[in-house]
Amino acid sequence: MYAQMIKSEATTDDPEKLKEFQARIDDDIKVEPRDWMPEGYRKTLIRQIGQHAHSEIVGQLPEGNWITRAPTLERKMILLAKVQDEAGHGLYLYAAAETLGVSRDDLTEQLLSGKMKYSSIFNYATLNWADIGAVGWLVDGAAIMNQVPLQRTSYGPYSRAMIRICKEESFHQRQGYDIMMKMAQGTEAQKKMAQDALNRLWYPSLMMFGPSDADSVHSTQNMAWKIKMNTNDELRQKFVDQTVPQAEYLGLTIPDENLTWNEKKGGYDYSDPDWSEFFDVLKGNGPCNVDRLEARNKAWDDGAWVRDGLMAHAEKKRAAKTAAE
Amino acid sequence: MSKEWPLWEIFIRGQHGLSHRHVGSLHAPDAEMAIKNARDVYTRRNEGVSIWVVEANNISASSPSEKGPLYEPSESKIYRHPTFFDIPDEVGHM
Ligand SMILES: [Fe+2]
Ligand SMILES: [Fe+2]
Repeated sequence: MYAQMIKSEATTDDPEKLKEFQARIDDDIKVEPRDWMPEGYRKTLIRQIGQHAHSEIVGQLPEGNWITRAPTLERKMILLAKVQDEAGHGLYLYAAAETLGVSRDDLTEQLLSGKMKYSSIFNYATLNWADIGAVGWLVDGAAIMNQVPLQRTSYGPYSRAMIRICKEESFHQRQGYDIMMKMAQGTEAQKKMAQDALNRLWYPSLMMFGPSDADSVHSTQNMAWKIKMNTNDELRQKFVDQTVPQAEYLGLTIPDENLTWNEKKGGYDYSDPDWSEFFDVLKGNGPCNVDRLEARNKAWDDGAWVRDGLMAHAEKKRAAKTAAE
Repeated sequence: MSKEWPLWEIFIRGQHGLSHRHVGSLHAPDAEMAIKNARDVYTRRNEGVSIWVVEANNISASSPSEKGPLYEPSESKIYRHPTFFDIPDEVGHM
């Protein structure tokens, strides 16, 4: 997902306090920033929310790439609004992480140095306009699967950030699907582009949920803490079941020969993505890993004088005001 | 190494006649920029008619460990609620 394979941190707190903490979580009482919490809970959340925030920010790059090349002024304005929303999502999430005692600049630097990760999906390229449709439809669609249940997560600031984000996400998915509909109903060449985008982005979208974690200790702990609400397989299954009819409506074919309706489980059987590719992308060897980090580093470095200048100006104004008082 | 911009808490009046409500936070060098940024992030879909910004380190908060002494005293004072009093039906709405 936007936060993939989050390891839970070990906790060495007082067992009595841990029991009380777990009881409150089981009762659906939200944890707020100044409440007592296990060290493991805090650290795991910082990693998860931070990774989620980084994904929102890096996720602007593949789409931002097409703002100047959108086919119409209307499409350009819509895409611009969508990419701006993602910047806001990053902000909400960084702010939630900061309530856990990590600084914003610290998180940024951990992204820029490659110490913290972002979702594997944003290391794939957007080669043409159909990809922008497919990203909104599939990538935002997959993100929604994960984010809707996270609205009920135990950590108050994270939950509130998710609620704001979910309000905006359905616009994102719909604008993507709208592009796909136009392309799928267009000329033969456009239809081919739409199919090609689906072919390339289908498996990377399935990878977003991460490998099966049904037997993972980390996953079990994170689910007990309610910072993870479903297993990866549950969410992936839901995503496939929702997306197949949407592809059918478009007249496009999901690139999976094994895709069949399984009456018994009430869902589709589907092929797993190539997990070795997934791990390779996480290691930094995806098609765009280097580009993405270079772009983020450049933006941060090139913006330094603006951040410093505005700060110096604010301090000067403050000093003048104090002197006048 | 640059200095991090301070953190601001953002409050928005959603509609005329309502109170300002906390909606989130952001970093900005000063109050003026905090308002501009808040407008760009938190009022993108007609969510507000007025913005307050407060630098986060100027907010004092009650401590979670004081929950008992702070809020328990009012729990037993049920006569503060109108439902405590039985008013006969004949009296009419009160
Ligand atoms: Fe987002
Ligand atoms: Fe989105």
